[in-house]
Amino acid sequence: MRLYRYLFIALLLSLAPFAAAEQLLMARVNMTFPEAMLKLQETIKQQGYTISRVQRVDIGLTKSGYKTDKYRVVFFGKAEETEQLTKKFPVLLPYFPLKIAIFAEGNDTLITAYDPLLMFGESEPLLARAAQKWRSDLEVIFSTMREAE
Amino acid sequence: MKTLRILLIGFFVSLAFARPGFTETSLQQRGAMLYAQHCASCHGDTGKGGTGVPLSNTSFQQQVSDRFLFNTIKYGRPGRVMPAFSQLDKQDIQAIVKHVRTFSSARPPKLSMAKITGDISNGKELFHKHCASCHGTDGKGGKGTGVTFSRPRDLPIIAPALNNIGFLKSASDQMIKDTLMQGRDNTPMVSFLKQGLSEKDINDLVAYVRNFERYQQNYDHEKYKNEPLMIESESPYDLQTTIDNIKRAAVGKNFRLIRVQNLNAGLVEESKENTSQVIIYFCNFQMLNEALAIDPRVGMFLPCRITVVEQAGVVKVMAINPKRLSYLFNNDELNRLCGGMHDTYLEIIEEANL
Repeated sequence: MRLYRYLFIALLLSLAPFAAAEQLLMARVNMTFPEAMLKLQETIKQQGYTISRVQRVDIGLTKSGYKTDKYRVVFFGKAEETEQLTKKFPVLLPYFPLKIAIFAEGNDTLITAYDPLLMFGESEPLLARAAQKWRSDLEVIFSTMREAE
Repeated sequence: MKTLRILLIGFFVSLAFARPGFTETSLQQRGAMLYAQHCASCHGDTGKGGTGVPLSNTSFQQQVSDRFLFNTIKYGRPGRVMPAFSQLDKQDIQAIVKHVRTFSSARPPKLSMAKITGDISNGKELFHKHCASCHGTDGKGGKGTGVTFSRPRDLPIIAPALNNIGFLKSASDQMIKDTLMQGRDNTPMVSFLKQGLSEKDINDLVAYVRNFERYQQNYDHEKYKNEPLMIESESPYDLQTTIDNIKRAAVGKNFRLIRVQNLNAGLVEESKENTSQVIIYFCNFQMLNEALAIDPRVGMFLPCRITVVEQAGVVKVMAINPKRLSYLFNNDELNRLCGGMHDTYLEIIEEANL
């Protein structure tokens, strides 16, 4: 049992450099912006999160006379987790809810987010575990979006 | 114990599939997989470019060696968006290079690694006359990131930073010379032979560019990693007064208020929202436009916001630390903007707490 535990820890450590290497999570989605936008919200919900709001970034820029492309920020989270973790870890307050930026690039769409593990992975174990979970959820979301057609 | 055993077996089986001996086919497959994972979001699935340069460009493929591609992946361009993929081993990088070569039928060049000598002072003069308008007076390159938001879409690339240590480690003298002699199709880079320069002039230019190695400034990317995650201050006022003060201070700094909402709004029913955690969103569209031009991915930290919370009778004001977030982007230009935004957040918070 102990041997397996050591081996398992070694396994996790061997994966750590890969996890730490990507500072920004990014994916190119082979979909037009409106299609990708719908797919992203659906994928986030499938991971058990609630979409709290979608912020239009482009509209303010256009109204102010700047030339821009379609750009949104999708905010999402889990009510109970938000309540509990922000009380325990105030450092999360400026970063919550979680978010993904989505913007058009020609006929494709790009999505991007920061890596929660990189930001909070070296914190107390409870927060580090939460960051690991967000990271793996984001990986699923980004991977699903990358493969979507 | 059973779960651990299954996980371990699964891990070793996956390793066996992930590194299948690097036959020609498996190298290509691995290259395609790694490219999709690490490169496609910036350079496009087929290398047509985007945030990153268009790798499928025929003359690019004809002019750059495998060594250039390999070292570019390995060392990146410190401070110029392209990260160093130091976590990838030699075989992984070779696999990616092989995949990049599938984007074009153009043959990669066989470049000499010999040093090209030339008159540096003449090279400097020629550089300022012919190159500085695009590549900057000291070779620091064009502004912005890729095509999105950064500049008009009729330009497929931004002028590379020739003084960047990543570029200098990757490009041989011969490669720089060939690019100067032939230009690069479908980019603003023209043939300077056709522009009337002699081969000797071009050698002088190469010597001048290579000379940038002597004036390298270390891009201390890691210092941003040590910045605190947030800016935080205790308010002497009650929650509502603090919120009003923040709003007033933000408007005073030329920001437009977008919205004030409880942090868990949208996650719970309105009646159950936590009214002691409040976010104030605001925006300066000129600053936003500037930030997106430098790097379109900064949207993940937008709009600007300050969070005000009341816990056990104490009111605290908090904001993300833009300097800390700047660490994620490997973009020296963005570091400066984030430094300015950090100071602006501080000023707003200090003014609100006066």
